[in-house]
Amino acid sequence: MADEYEVPELPTYIEIPDINEGIMDGEGPFKSSEEFQAPLGFPGEKVENWKEKAIDKMADLKSKYRSVQVFLDMCVKCGACTDKCHYFLGTSDPKNMPVARQDLFRSVYRRYFTFSGKYFPKLVGAKELDDEMLDDWYNYYHQCSQCRRCSVFCPYGIDTAEISMAAREVLDVVGVGQKYCNQILGKAVTVGNNLGLPEPALRDTLVDLEEEVEEDTGVPIKYPLDQKGSEILLVTPSADFFAEPHIDGLIGYGKVFHQDGVTWTLSSYASEAANFGMFIGSYDVMRKAALRIRKAALDLEVSRIIVGECGHAWRVAYSFWNTLSGVGSGASDEFALKLQNQLDSRYPQPQHIIEYTYNLIQEGKIEFDKSENDHRTVTFHDSCNVARATNMGGIPNGQFILPREVIKSVCNNYVDMERGTIMESTFCCGGGGGLLTDDLMEIRIKGAMPRMQALKEVEKSDGVDTLAAICAICKSQFTKVLPKFDFDPYMIVSVHQLVSDAIVLEKPEGSDSEVEESTEVTEE
Amino acid sequence: MTGISIFFTVLFYLASIVFIVGMARKIYQYWVTPAPLKIPTAPTPLTKTGVYMRMAREVTLFESLFKSNKWTWLFGWMFHIGLFLVLIRHIRYFWPGEIPEIFLLTQPFKYAAFAMVIGLVGLIGRRIFVERVRYISAPSDYLMLLMLLIIGVSGVVMTFTTNHTDVVMVKDFASGLITFNWADMPTEIQWVIHLLMVIVLIAIFPISKLLHVPGIFFSPTRNQVDDARRRRHISPWALEQEANNDEKLGQTLGKDNN
Ligand code: SF4
Ligand code: SF4
Repeated sequence: MADEYEVPELPTYIEIPDINEGIMDGEGPFKSSEEFQAPLGFPGEKVENWKEKAIDKMADLKSKYRSVQVFLDMCVKCGACTDKCHYFLGTSDPKNMPVARQDLFRSVYRRYFTFSGKYFPKLVGAKELDDEMLDDWYNYYHQCSQCRRCSVFCPYGIDTAEISMAAREVLDVVGVGQKYCNQILGKAVTVGNNLGLPEPALRDTLVDLEEEVEEDTGVPIKYPLDQKGSEILLVTPSADFFAEPHIDGLIGYGKVFHQDGVTWTLSSYASEAANFGMFIGSYDVMRKAALRIRKAALDLEVSRIIVGECGHAWRVAYSFWNTLSGVGSGASDEFALKLQNQLDSRYPQPQHIIEYTYNLIQEGKIEFDKSENDHRTVTFHDSCNVARATNMGGIPNGQFILPREVIKSVCNNYVDMERGTIMESTFCCGGGGGLLTDDLMEIRIKGAMPRMQALKEVEKSDGVDTLAAICAICKSQFTKVLPKFDFDPYMIVSVHQLVSDAIVLEKPEGSDSEVEESTEVTEE
Repeated sequence: MTGISIFFTVLFYLASIVFIVGMARKIYQYWVTPAPLKIPTAPTPLTKTGVYMRMAREVTLFESLFKSNKWTWLFGWMFHIGLFLVLIRHIRYFWPGEIPEIFLLTQPFKYAAFAMVIGLVGLIGRRIFVERVRYISAPSDYLMLLMLLIIGVSGVVMTFTTNHTDVVMVKDFASGLITFNWADMPTEIQWVIHLLMVIVLIAIFPISKLLHVPGIFFSPTRNQVDDARRRRHISPWALEQEANNDEKLGQTLGKDNN
């Protein structure tokens, strides 16, 4: 299906395109229906008095979110952000320029909430909220992956993601929701994960995985589920249980835990780190999903919570969990206090799996045979949410340093992509923010262009053949779009897959491999 | 007093009232609107001092803009620093009586007017000729630059050409506004236009994008400390919602299996 879209050519450097008005005009992604709207408390179809409701919701949001209020007021239209969005670079549709995307919302704000917009709408570019405008909102706010690249470059830090979250919430409230996100959220807040995997299915998968890993390594590595009293609760995106290449990352986490000798567990009740509540901008839904993790941590009596490789999940965990559910320090409700007593205060809570592995490496607790990765030349894709909205290790820019250090500890050939496309300036994979659905394939492919371009350059100059990432969405998105740009779809790997391939496992005594090794020694 | 002086005196006070009341309301609004979540953008400061430093760099050097676009930065920075220096130099007009000696040092700041004008011309040019910027510009965006340009050019004309105005009279008029000791103002056209534009700009400050001046200090992506794990950050409305809503949340948002 995706083949019908024109795939952008990869230039040697990214040129800022001339604008092409209306080129990405359209219906937007599939709309949600009653079935998926209702469980989240949203109306099933566009409500009768939608306009009134939308304006009310805008008023509500701007009184609750300083970001929305301040960002709507203070943009000076300097244009500095206009060439910063990968979707604009990939599509040349001017409404994909961050400021123009905000203006869809801002022009309505001005019309209904400001003096100048009420009395001189033409002068200040204020616009009515009509059906056409709402359609534009739906279409173009679903061409924003909420990656926040624009925010880095705006002189006032105006974050289009905040506006796009607000707009999506208004859309949800008037009954114009997006199917992909809301369907997934329904499963996440009822079953516990985005795939809707019930406990038995999850258990089967993990048992299979254990067998597979033992066959592979000769070591009985466990992937425990719902083990009360474990030290660590691992919360990871559910894609890690099934999808390729995600699952190799999960295998890697297990090996690291095994080598450290800790007890750990997954939870069937909270088997999802991803939290799409953020994408749709709903504080309530986001909190609801986050509370499941707190409950699981309490029920399983763990002392540490570790989050697997997922970009926006880490944003929600690192930046929002403490606010939403008191995982961290400082909350004072009953459950949060109980949790604070229970969690080990010597470690930051929650912790990222990269922080965990990095610490073990620093302490010399795990060893690697780096040559296992010698057939690869690796580059690292900074996932937007990790790069621009979180930290790791509690050191400045730790979120850039730690993953790179982990990769460099497990493989010999590492190259960074061009500086302007990594770290805080990283280009989104093109599939974040609730866009990872087939009905948005065109924008996903076009939006991937800037990242693919930077990758092509290091492929040419350094022979890079492996792209490592720490985000479930990035991994899925790359698997789909890499071949469109003449890359090998299997070149995308989890960072913990690299760890997994190089880690030296202690073999249990008397096992076959042990014997083999000792014969080798005598032969020498 | 002449009619025109009375007119401008009244206008000045009206504009000032609009400015003060409007800005107070806006700043109050920004102040009381909570930022419910931690959303600082990388590279994030991990301490309060870090935030102060970041903010200082943003407002004095326009750090992010520099990263973003060198031409916009150059013109924008020239304009702002020029305006700032020129404004400081203007204190002498509002100061009643002899100005303290220190202000004599600001004499060379008059040349900053050129930086201001060049910057503005650059910014207007960019707005007209760069297609992307033209696309996002509303008439008010051009008008505002134009007004500033007129202010700058009329100031330059009065300072650096033979079309001077009576500086002593200007000082009497301006300081009179401050001390309520009203006096006549000159009537040369360059002066009248200069003053009129300034007054209009003051009046529209709180209802326009000029709100970026107070706004930047409230921008959550720039003014937050990145310490979410160490310190709980929560807004009053969220706390209230937590207290009242938990049950409702359970009923409305899907049903748990357990
Ligand atoms: S960079 Fe910021 S202020 Fe400039 S146009 Fe973009 S959003 Fe507006
Ligand atoms: S948040 Fe990302 S996707 Fe959205 S407008 Fe900004 S740069 Fe584009």
